[in-house]
Amino acid sequence: MSGSELDAETGAAVQARGLTKRFGEFTAVDGVDFDIQAGEAFGFLGPNGAGKTSTMRMIACLSPISGGSLQVLGLDPMRDGPRIRSRIGLVPQEDTLDLELTVRDNLYLYGRYFGLPKKQLRERVDQLLEFARLTERADERVDPLSGGMRRRLTIARALVSSPDLVILDEPTTGLDPQARHLLWDRLYRLKREGVTLVITTHYMDEAEQLCDRLVVMDAGRIAAAGSPRELIEQWSTREVVELRFEPEGHQAHGDRLADLAERVEVLPDRLLLYTDEGDATLDAVRSRGKSPIAALVRRSTLEDVFLHLTGRSLVE
Amino acid sequence: MSTAGAPAIPLPLRVIPPLRVGRGRARLLVERNVVAYRRGWIFLVSGFFEPLFYLMSIGLGLNHLVGHLAIGARSIPYTDYVAPGLLASSAMNGAIFDATFGVFFKLKIAKTYDAVLATPLGVRDVAIGELSWSLIRGTVYSIAFLAVMAALGLIASWWAVLCLPAAMLVSFAFGGIGMFATCYMRSWQDFDLISLAIVPLFLFSGVFYPLSLYPGWLRTVVMVTPLYQGVALLRGLDTGVIGPVLLVHACYLGLLGAIGLVGASRRLGRLLLP
Repeated sequence: MSGSELDAETGAAVQARGLTKRFGEFTAVDGVDFDIQAGEAFGFLGPNGAGKTSTMRMIACLSPISGGSLQVLGLDPMRDGPRIRSRIGLVPQEDTLDLELTVRDNLYLYGRYFGLPKKQLRERVDQLLEFARLTERADERVDPLSGGMRRRLTIARALVSSPDLVILDEPTTGLDPQARHLLWDRLYRLKREGVTLVITTHYMDEAEQLCDRLVVMDAGRIAAAGSPRELIEQWSTREVVELRFEPEGHQAHGDRLADLAERVEVLPDRLLLYTDEGDATLDAVRSRGKSPIAALVRRSTLEDVFLHLTGRSLVE
Repeated sequence: MSTAGAPAIPLPLRVIPPLRVGRGRARLLVERNVVAYRRGWIFLVSGFFEPLFYLMSIGLGLNHLVGHLAIGARSIPYTDYVAPGLLASSAMNGAIFDATFGVFFKLKIAKTYDAVLATPLGVRDVAIGELSWSLIRGTVYSIAFLAVMAALGLIASWWAVLCLPAAMLVSFAFGGIGMFATCYMRSWQDFDLISLAIVPLFLFSGVFYPLSLYPGWLRTVVMVTPLYQGVALLRGLDTGVIGPVLLVHACYLGLLGAIGLVGASRRLGRLLLP
């Protein structure tokens, strides 16, 4: 991607300032700021309804912005929609494969929508079929394919136009672990080739694996931003001690152990002690004569950050 | 799991896609429909036979009972009278199926347009592309029907060379308005409304007998419906009874199609790009 097409000041592939999306009275995205650098993998994390998909759709020029400003590849989505979309590959949350076409024609015609010449496109489709490991199923319809195959086809389809920016909205939801790892491998390859990736997910391991930087969204706002490591440093401790007692005593135990950790969280089935030295904390717990049924010292993960920032209650 | 052996996509990745401007992109949706129908071409043909069967049974059959009918100052055989009417309904059938069922399936069930709109194509391209496709299908039906008419000697005037563009206007009108209506459909049940409109149009729009058989108020009602406009236009051209009123029919049909196209394209934008 040539620098001249990017935002002149920041070199950002996507730049949002006070970006807002309203549907009638409901505010889905509430004045968010972010910069996505060219060539990086940028994640949007958040519970359902946090505004991730609305943000993705605005970036993909599929939804007019309600307020603030947005620049994508240095262009204005409201004015240059077709031009921006010609350089974006979109992997939507639901596969929108063409059910009336074969696997091969799904890729071929999608490429035609981008105006790619036929001969060149045929070669490209063969490469993408290999890339998605679908060569053997090329002349079948989409219907009988497994969920993983459909997802791979959707991702291959998004790449047909050799996009500079690929937007993946929950790319691995509903896939088995094998299929997820295969997809991650494909996404690494893309990143190495210099493609900018924008990913939404609610799998924390996926975000840690794939994203250089990410934002955690909650209720339409950005709750935190940074690299996975920075977020853990900023919002959690180095380690977490998980203790299991008799369930009815958890609250009382939590109160009594509160001074041993930076933060104590009481869950129905266990106590979480956030601390920088897990073993020392566990020793201290034991030295007070408390013997949990089970104890585990582990490193903090992005999941701890996520749950801390967005809460544990179920959002529908 | 091993992922070795999977080929990387060779660089350079970037092949600058020549960005098609404006209407050129709608053509790509027609291309998609051609590919999609390559395997299901039989469905393309089926709808043509319905008016043909009517022509065989009612046209040729009743011809012996009815004999001749007066058109203006002339008297023509009943078959010649019915044929242009059935041509109009053939043009209507050809366009309406894909503009309604086809568009609804792609819009609500298969989410085809959601995928299309993530490419450089926009809602206007989708609307123009789908209407063009309906128009193509209607035109194919019309050409086939005209060929049958010619073979049976049912073309009575040189003006009939204008029957094809006129039949295309009928397809345009029904394709446009059908697509517009489809954008408001919520489920397949709503499609009963389409049948509820199409069947009486076919039966009462003067395809089979002149409107003079109706009482005055009913005649007026029928005259403002679109199939009557098409039937009157095609019958005038086929039989060579020409007058300025034919231009009025043509304008009516063109306007109806244009309203449908603009309305559908706006509605699609509201539905697909919220």
